[in-house]
Amino acid sequence: MSSRSLHAGIALVTVAMLGAGKVEGQTLLTGLGRLAVPSELETWGAIVGPDGAGLPSGRATAAEGRVLYDRRCAACHGLTGQEGPDARLAGGRDSLAGDQPRKTVGSYWPAATTLWDYVNRAMPFDQPGSLTSDEVYAAVAYVLFLNDLVDEQDPVDADSLPRIEMPNRAGFVDDPRPDVVAAQAPRP
Amino acid sequence: MTGDDARTKAGHGRRGFLKAATLGSAAAVLRPSTLLGQPRSGRSLGEGVGGYGDRSPFETTLRRVRGSRYAQAAGSLTPLQNLNGSITPSALHFERHHSGIPEIDPSEHRLLIDGLVDRPLVFSLAELQRMPAVTRTYFVECSGNGRVKWSPAEPDTDAQAAFGMTSCSEWTGVPVSALLREVGASAGASWVVAEGADACRMTRSVPLDKAMDDTLVAYGQNGEALRPAQGYPLRLLIPGWEGNICVKWLRRLRVVDQSYLTREETAKYTDLMPNGEARQYTFVMDAKSVITRPSGGQQLDEPGFYQISGLAWSGRGRVQRVEVTTDGGRSWAEAQLQDPVLPLAHTRFRFDWSWDGSETTLASRCIDETGDVQPSRAALIAARGTQSSYHNNAVQGWRIGRDGRVENVDV
Ligand code: HEC
Repeated sequence: MSSRSLHAGIALVTVAMLGAGKVEGQTLLTGLGRLAVPSELETWGAIVGPDGAGLPSGRATAAEGRVLYDRRCAACHGLTGQEGPDARLAGGRDSLAGDQPRKTVGSYWPAATTLWDYVNRAMPFDQPGSLTSDEVYAAVAYVLFLNDLVDEQDPVDADSLPRIEMPNRAGFVDDPRPDVVAAQAPRP
Repeated sequence: MTGDDARTKAGHGRRGFLKAATLGSAAAVLRPSTLLGQPRSGRSLGEGVGGYGDRSPFETTLRRVRGSRYAQAAGSLTPLQNLNGSITPSALHFERHHSGIPEIDPSEHRLLIDGLVDRPLVFSLAELQRMPAVTRTYFVECSGNGRVKWSPAEPDTDAQAAFGMTSCSEWTGVPVSALLREVGASAGASWVVAEGADACRMTRSVPLDKAMDDTLVAYGQNGEALRPAQGYPLRLLIPGWEGNICVKWLRRLRVVDQSYLTREETAKYTDLMPNGEARQYTFVMDAKSVITRPSGGQQLDEPGFYQISGLAWSGRGRVQRVEVTTDGGRSWAEAQLQDPVLPLAHTRFRFDWSWDGSETTLASRCIDETGDVQPSRAALIAARGTQSSYHNNAVQGWRIGRDGRVENVDV
């Protein structure tokens, strides 16, 4: 049985369950869309959550990542991650409450998993999607090392990455708006 | 057409008056081509019909690119000061991309909905267009719109530079709620991660209740397909919320059990407070308005009547009232709102005014149906400091000089 007819079957069942047609405020299931098969899902690429969900196998250390970073990242982000010309990736610790806050992976980001997810999908900026999973782990390990968050020989993998304590993990609060006392003026 | 041609044609013309004007000495003064009552365009055939229309060659207003090292990770701003009504022409809708505009063949594009669902489904565009659709008018505003207002006013900043990262369109698409019913979201589902098909595969976490409420997967914009810069062939449209979360070139919705802390909801689009804490998930765009005419960079020719005109909007609902001051904030009066006032859409306001030629400052403020009042810049900074980058909805002032020049000023 094809996946299409499988889904159509489910839709029919649901339609039957819903009875005569429209339920208040609800439209009937259309049965459109094709059922995705598990093997196909993997080809769509990783989406990584803060608990490590979605992280692939593979591992690397910062020591292994240095060469890759110097070759593939440093031209835009600087050898130490602080020189630019593009986004600063390291430094800025304890700068957030000052006049010149420097938001970097080390000073600002609440989760290390974000780094894997983002580098995997978006970097290098001019060659996105060109790194293997192991290379992403290597680049991530090195950026974490530049921020003093791992040692050179610490293995970074699906197990260790979600457990890295990010310094600003507790630095985020929920939206408290409306929070501004609007300047009151006489109403017309 | 030269003057001689014009005269010859007019000489053979139908109207006695023109004929008379071309004879005798009057011709030297009243050349037919300059007679307003007889425009040059009336004396030769115009362009023929065509396929896709262009605007008049006399209309030259453009988006303005905001400087960046890469044109692919940059923004371009809508010329609000040159627009009428409340809809933004698609070609002038502001842009903000993080890795350029992808070229996508719609016949190859797919939307995958997976994660905590009973049935992960893949939809083609053709299938999505068979589903029950809705059409709604919504603004899309970058949360960085108004960012310049965290710094003291520069006189030369115009409405486009200060506010041009908001645009308003009529969007057509399928409610996400309908799509999630097709896949059957399972227990424990609380967020949806949306992913684009651009080079950074832009990703944001969307709370499930907002996705189920009024969020659209849109394929239509102002009567035609989405523009490539607006997500062709498919984008998320989350009414009233910051533009970045309305993921363009949408390719996947993954139903999950928590926010995925993507880069765009952690490193970016979070609002840093003076104590070093950052506000996260500041999705809603607050009540806001700006006078677009007269506005920065424009010139009043002479004292006399000018209708003040501008735009107001709020991510919390309908604009309830717009107040205008023409005396630098000493007194405020209610502007007229153009009907229909739609929720979560740009609303045009107008206010009749006569300029007496003296120096003064104009400003507007929006009050929405929830009672949210657009604050002064000082009140906003007192609450949030100057480093929060996003969500600046401070009142915008325009100073009219004695020479009629209009300049940006803090009020
Ligand atoms: C051609 C220049 C270039 C190269 C090479 C490059 N990047 Fe980037 N990177 C950028 C730009 C530009 C941005 C900002 C993109 C945007 O505006 O969304 C960025 C953003 C980032 C960010 C997010 C910073 C933040 O605070 O939001 C990280 C992390 C990053 N890059 C890591 C890397 C890594 C690791 C590599 C090497 C594998 C790399 N980049 C290679 C240009 C580059």
